[in-house]
Amino acid sequence: MSREYVLHKTRTALGRNVGQAPAPAPPVRLRIPQVDVEVRLANFFQALEKLAGKTSRAGSPAEARAYVAALIGDRPAVASNAPFLRECGIPGLPSVRTDFTGREALRAVCATADFGITSADYALADTGTLVLLSSSQEARMISLLPPVHVALVPRERLLTGLDELLTLLPQPSEQTSSMVLITGPSRTADIEQILVRGVHGPGEIHVVVV
Amino acid sequence: MAALYQINIRKALADARLQSAIYASTGRLMDHRRHAMAPDALPDYQELRTQANLIKKHTIENLDHYLEQFEVQVAAHGGKVVWAKDGGEVVEFLGELAKEKGARLIVKSKSMTTEEIDLNERLGHQHLETVETDLGEYIIQLAGERPYHIVAPALHLTRYEVAEIFTRHLGVENETAPEKLTKIARATLRQKFLAADIGVTGANFLVADSGAVVLVENEGNARMSTTAPRIHVAVAGIEKLVPRAQDLAVFLKLLGRSATGQPLTVYTSFLSGPRRGEEIDGPDEFYVVLLDNGRTRVLADRDKRQSLYCIRCGACLNHCPVYRKIGGHNYPWVYSGPIGAIISPQFMGLTHDPWLPFASSLCGACAEVCPVKIDIPRLLLELRSEVVKAEERQPGRRLERLAFRAWAWVMRHPRIYEMLGLAAGALMGEGDGKGWLSRAPALMNWGPLRAWLSQRDLPPAGRSFRQLWRVRSARVKS
Repeated sequence: MSREYVLHKTRTALGRNVGQAPAPAPPVRLRIPQVDVEVRLANFFQALEKLAGKTSRAGSPAEARAYVAALIGDRPAVASNAPFLRECGIPGLPSVRTDFTGREALRAVCATADFGITSADYALADTGTLVLLSSSQEARMISLLPPVHVALVPRERLLTGLDELLTLLPQPSEQTSSMVLITGPSRTADIEQILVRGVHGPGEIHVVVV
Repeated sequence: MAALYQINIRKALADARLQSAIYASTGRLMDHRRHAMAPDALPDYQELRTQANLIKKHTIENLDHYLEQFEVQVAAHGGKVVWAKDGGEVVEFLGELAKEKGARLIVKSKSMTTEEIDLNERLGHQHLETVETDLGEYIIQLAGERPYHIVAPALHLTRYEVAEIFTRHLGVENETAPEKLTKIARATLRQKFLAADIGVTGANFLVADSGAVVLVENEGNARMSTTAPRIHVAVAGIEKLVPRAQDLAVFLKLLGRSATGQPLTVYTSFLSGPRRGEEIDGPDEFYVVLLDNGRTRVLADRDKRQSLYCIRCGACLNHCPVYRKIGGHNYPWVYSGPIGAIISPQFMGLTHDPWLPFASSLCGACAEVCPVKIDIPRLLLELRSEVVKAEERQPGRRLERLAFRAWAWVMRHPRIYEMLGLAAGALMGEGDGKGWLSRAPALMNWGPLRAWLSQRDLPPAGRSFRQLWRVRSARVKS
């Protein structure tokens, strides 16, 4: 059997025995800087804008709703089931469809919607990154299929960076089958190293920090 | 008679368009990396490199443990690990899986490991359609080529060539703007994603403590490949393991910056197992194929096993003066550049392309930019020594051995050495600013000597060191 073959060859090559404990691993290296929340916010916006992401600050859920309403107009949009979107009143917008629980129905809607609206479990200030954990509240497709992704994030979810995220979630797989880090709009430079946005994912991303 | 590889290399060197394409693209990638690694952008870069090297070393030296831990964790999250000795077993597994599930169409996201085993072509023989979905990979799949670069597979093609390829294979209007070309690919591939039964990806990292596959990309095609189809199969070399999810804090900071100068790529997906009970979307089935294909052979060498630390960032290619001249297709295997020069002979065997470890000036740029600190120049030297040892056992080497024995004898006899030097100088005549050996008399332009001289030259002969020394000594005495 190939399993035994590969493992046997590996052990023979390394001079190890079946079931032998590993040598102690080098200690984990995580460094979390102390960054004031206002500075974090400024860093986040700066990093995302550098990637051509659109950013906005909303003083209240109502302001966030107004931003989204003005952006999408009456064009078709699909929103995730995140409680924070509910709090902002997104499902109430006329062209927004939401509350999907089945994959096929959601897929059909995502394939034709102009906007995908989600929240985010975390945001990373130093790189301008959104962190989305797949669940009954956040589907994978909404931030992926529509040409524009809009994310509404409560400001207390803004972390300093990757090290803080992995300190809070030392093993993301315990919580979800899919954690995705989204840093700016989908892009490519595969033709002559010329930057083009919007390949398979959204070419435009709006983040509203509430 | 020049060997085929020499003819091809000369062709690449004479192709001005190709030369400028390679030079411009790798130059841009170098600039991006340099900005991302500047001390104010990433002050702890060297510390991160050291840590990455330590983690890789530890993982490789205890690999059997982490492989088993990974397998247990994948199963615990509802997925399945499949072991493969070689490419044949990967093809067999995918073929049977497709048959069992009635699958016809496979979408693929960029993976060097599947290039290594010619997966697309071999699945094609089983009447399975396999579509590459990374833009660069899609272009070269249509063109019937192999990747030119680990990170930028279509680096050698201009927009005009891409336009031609699209017109020929997709029957679209000839559009040369990269935005338009990208749009065409998006529309065509979107249909493939939505129709595909199986998504095949590689893996940038496998996380032992989580049973997770980590995918790093910019376009979103890896996300599409792992979200739209019902089945996700990741094919990964056994060396891709890292012990803990927390170790990614080190590797993710290095990978994007080294490859394209990005602090993080647009998408980093951390995937473990199929969709869970409450989750709305994601695949129903999740497989990870762990591929050996020569890796355990590399493991057996204590020193050279560091070749397996590679995270495929491509920085050594961009910085290599040889890669930047001869390009990616003149390396004998899918892995090009300095890393290709050390892993190809180890995976395929030294006899395949014995010239490869010699195709380097040993300038050391590759080792300097390697984010996991693989000592590529030293490994090249070791491989050279192995090639020479293997060749010494063959009879055809008598002339070279004789030449070096004569050289050694001359070097031990200073008078004769000096006389020969004077004779050579006289033979060449006074310098005229041009090369020296290139003007050598016909006598020296013969047989094996010509092969040697064709690649080497010296400035015009002035006075020898020994002459200068005598003059100086005389002056000091007086």
